Amino acid sequence: MQKMPQWADVLLIPLVSLILAAFFSAVVILAIGENPWEALKIMVEGALGSTYGWGYTLYYATNFIFTGLAVAVANHAKMFNIGGEGQAVMGGLGVALVCLYIPFPHWTLALLAAAATAAVFGAAWAAIPALLQAKRGSHIVITTIMFNFIAASLLNYFLIGPLKADGMEPATARFPEAARLPTFQDMFSSPDNPLFRGAPANVAFFVAILACIAVWLLIWRSRLGYEIRSFGWSEPAARYAGISPVRIIMLTMLISGGLAGMMAINNVMGEAERLVLNSAEGAGFIGIAVALMGRSHPLGVFLAAVLFGFLYQGGAELSLWTGIPRDMVVVIQALVILFTGALDNMVRMPLERVFSTLRRAPKPDSKSTTARTAE
Amino acid sequence: MADAAPAIELKGISKSFGPVQANKDISFKVMPGTIHGIIGENGAGKSTLMSILYGFYKADAGEITIHGTPIDITDSQTAIRAGIGMVFQHFKLVPNFTVLENVVLGAEDSGLLRPSLARARRELKALAEEYELNVDPDAVVEDIGVGMQQRVEILKALYRQADILILDEPTGVLTPAEADHLFRILGNLKDQGKTVILITHKLREIMEATDAVSVMRRGEMIETVTTAGTNPTELAELMVGRTVLLQVDKTPATPGAPVLQVSDLKVEHDGVARVKGVSFEVRAGEILGIAGVAGNGQSELLEVLGGYRPATGRATVNGVDLPLSGRGADGRSRRDAGIAHVPEDRQSEGLVMEFAAWENVGFGYHHTDRYSRGTLMDHAALKADCAAKMERFDVRPPNPNLLAKNFSGGNQQKIVVAREMECDPDLLLVGQPTRGVDIGAIEFIHQQIVALRDAGKAVLLVSVELDEILSLSDRVAVMFDGRIMGERQASETNERELGLLMAGITDTDAPHSEAEIEANLARRSASAEKEA
Repeated sequence: MQKMPQWADVLLIPLVSLILAAFFSAVVILAIGENPWEALKIMVEGALGSTYGWGYTLYYATNFIFTGLAVAVANHAKMFNIGGEGQAVMGGLGVALVCLYIPFPHWTLALLAAAATAAVFGAAWAAIPALLQAKRGSHIVITTIMFNFIAASLLNYFLIGPLKADGMEPATARFPEAARLPTFQDMFSSPDNPLFRGAPANVAFFVAILACIAVWLLIWRSRLGYEIRSFGWSEPAARYAGISPVRIIMLTMLISGGLAGMMAINNVMGEAERLVLNSAEGAGFIGIAVALMGRSHPLGVFLAAVLFGFLYQGGAELSLWTGIPRDMVVVIQALVILFTGALDNMVRMPLERVFSTLRRAPKPDSKSTTARTAE
Repeated sequence: MADAAPAIELKGISKSFGPVQANKDISFKVMPGTIHGIIGENGAGKSTLMSILYGFYKADAGEITIHGTPIDITDSQTAIRAGIGMVFQHFKLVPNFTVLENVVLGAEDSGLLRPSLARARRELKALAEEYELNVDPDAVVEDIGVGMQQRVEILKALYRQADILILDEPTGVLTPAEADHLFRILGNLKDQGKTVILITHKLREIMEATDAVSVMRRGEMIETVTTAGTNPTELAELMVGRTVLLQVDKTPATPGAPVLQVSDLKVEHDGVARVKGVSFEVRAGEILGIAGVAGNGQSELLEVLGGYRPATGRATVNGVDLPLSGRGADGRSRRDAGIAHVPEDRQSEGLVMEFAAWENVGFGYHHTDRYSRGTLMDHAALKADCAAKMERFDVRPPNPNLLAKNFSGGNQQKIVVAREMECDPDLLLVGQPTRGVDIGAIEFIHQQIVALRDAGKAVLLVSVELDEILSLSDRVAVMFDGRIMGERQASETNERELGLLMAGITDTDAPHSEAEIEANLARRSASAEKEA
């Protein structure tokens, strides 16, 4: 018997967690002498009140979808890939190489080639920790986090060395015009109805949605996904069933790394249009929170990514318009991560108790809960 | 004796875990100076009840009286002070401490250890004489056999002045000879006026050792009867709530050509030899039972044949070699070779507990055309097949969407057995088919295994339950310390003969003292530990 209906697990718990996070954020904002209600209004207005705001929110969300999916896929095999940051950085390197050195006739071809290369670079970066885990038992958490640092150093090297453009900055040259991705402004704006003006959201957002669907198919419909999930739940069972742990660890991490790498088509190709230092900007780590909050389900990842996109953009607006410092925005984000991820059980256990007492009482409302659990 | 206050009296004890009611309004009495059995299927609520008595759980309602005094048992310290001692199924001993240190642990007289140890040594000596509880106080626990370790647990309880001793499934890890010795000790305890509560699911032990027996079913106390006034059939019926067939109905086997042939198979794990060169064959239409105390290499043997443990030696199925290590030594290749496998541990191996039943019915066969189309799984086929299997094997509740972990042990096992039998194997490997399975399901699973044999399939059965081996097998091989000690026709052997083989004694004609058997077992476990 399930402890509580699925809708409560998927919607109610994150909602309660968010309300708690909001409450404590409000306390923090009050404590520094600002008005939390005003702050919330500025965040909502700044992130969701205009197409410009949405253009930023969805741009950030796109990054988080890719890294969140990466963590989610690995989670299904009970592997904690915290190397999304490094894999995204390497993806960026791949994108830069393709965009700088291959003359594309049209952006669609450039997007396909860049996405594929980004995935290959990200996967390759995940492959080494995966191999060490599969063959030598080196813990993936340790190795992937180490590889983040190696990736950062490698990026440094390329940006002050072989790929450096003329000038003072450690960055590559701007990508050629043919490798420019259409932004939301290009796609949805018309001269008499200007939308998304100057916002970085671009066509990569739709690639991210495709990636969500692909991951859903992979995990819940494909044979590989079935094997990944069974390996994740029980390695002895997988071995009993003839599922090779080495194969699952390798394939899962390649897919995970590939997804993290593909983030680069958004931030490097779609927004910066060149490769700069610290290009991933911590999105690899936000992906962990996104996957946790999204219960490793693509739909959950999508929603959580949009929420974090909102927090990013809203937070930027907040530090722009109020005396609330940028650091305080990080505190708010941390509170959301704390409540939705780390303190999940704090909300879950009392709710489970509520549902089990509801169920024991022979009331007509037990019908509505059991009907939903049938799924 | 009859008008003395009961040693333990429970009145209206109830306990729920969320929506599950583990104990429902339980009342019963245990008279002092008796051995009182508590019998019931897995999940009947025996362990919960004893945990309440020992202070691990708090009852939602009801009251407990010890020797006529009501008591509120809030934790195990209270229970110990009230004179209750508990011997758990899984021993709670520190392996690298001596017997003496283990006995004293947690019951030291003061901050200084030496006086406590000296006192304990004196008391152990007295206890040993009084109850036939001989243990070397200076032996390190990891070097002594399980039977001996169990005695240490009993000594621990007695040292803490227990006069009510609860034993939870005490014979699961013992050979028949060790079990007999245990029951003699319990008899001595009873003669000295102690009260013993014996929790078990084995009817034979209840009949042999107890004065009275309480039967539990689905969280309720069904009845308490005197052992002398009942019989196994009646008890089984009380446990299950309907008539049960205790003996497996089967005709003599008609073995055909050899299906599985194993020669000189060896398994090493972490430098320790677990299987030391075994050879045997299983023919079509027969059941070969492998008996033995747990941990003598049977599990490893099954894993090798199931494809997920490397070995050396040779094994063939229908004359075709099975790779024993490297490429081709995996569960999938084994299934392709016509081997189905009901593993010993269904919860960690046979099923993915977090998967729904329908996802589990294709587990291991998910790559076949039956369950997948190209790279995608065929959910409709899996669900339809699951519903059909549930009907044929009477899985309850017949709901393919329920997660495997939410079925009872017996129904989980039925799902595994259904999956492995209905793929039409040439050879079926079965490990502990009825471990943790309720009596009703045991009967059904045994019938299915026999039916598979009658259909001309070869069956290799591994079980630590001697009753099960004797009633199911056509031929019996006994494993001890990684070797096959002997093979017998099931119809021509008995428990005593097999029991000696299980203790590593091959020369079954000569009479053997128990001390000899024990020494043999202790030697084995000591040498195994050293190798490790």
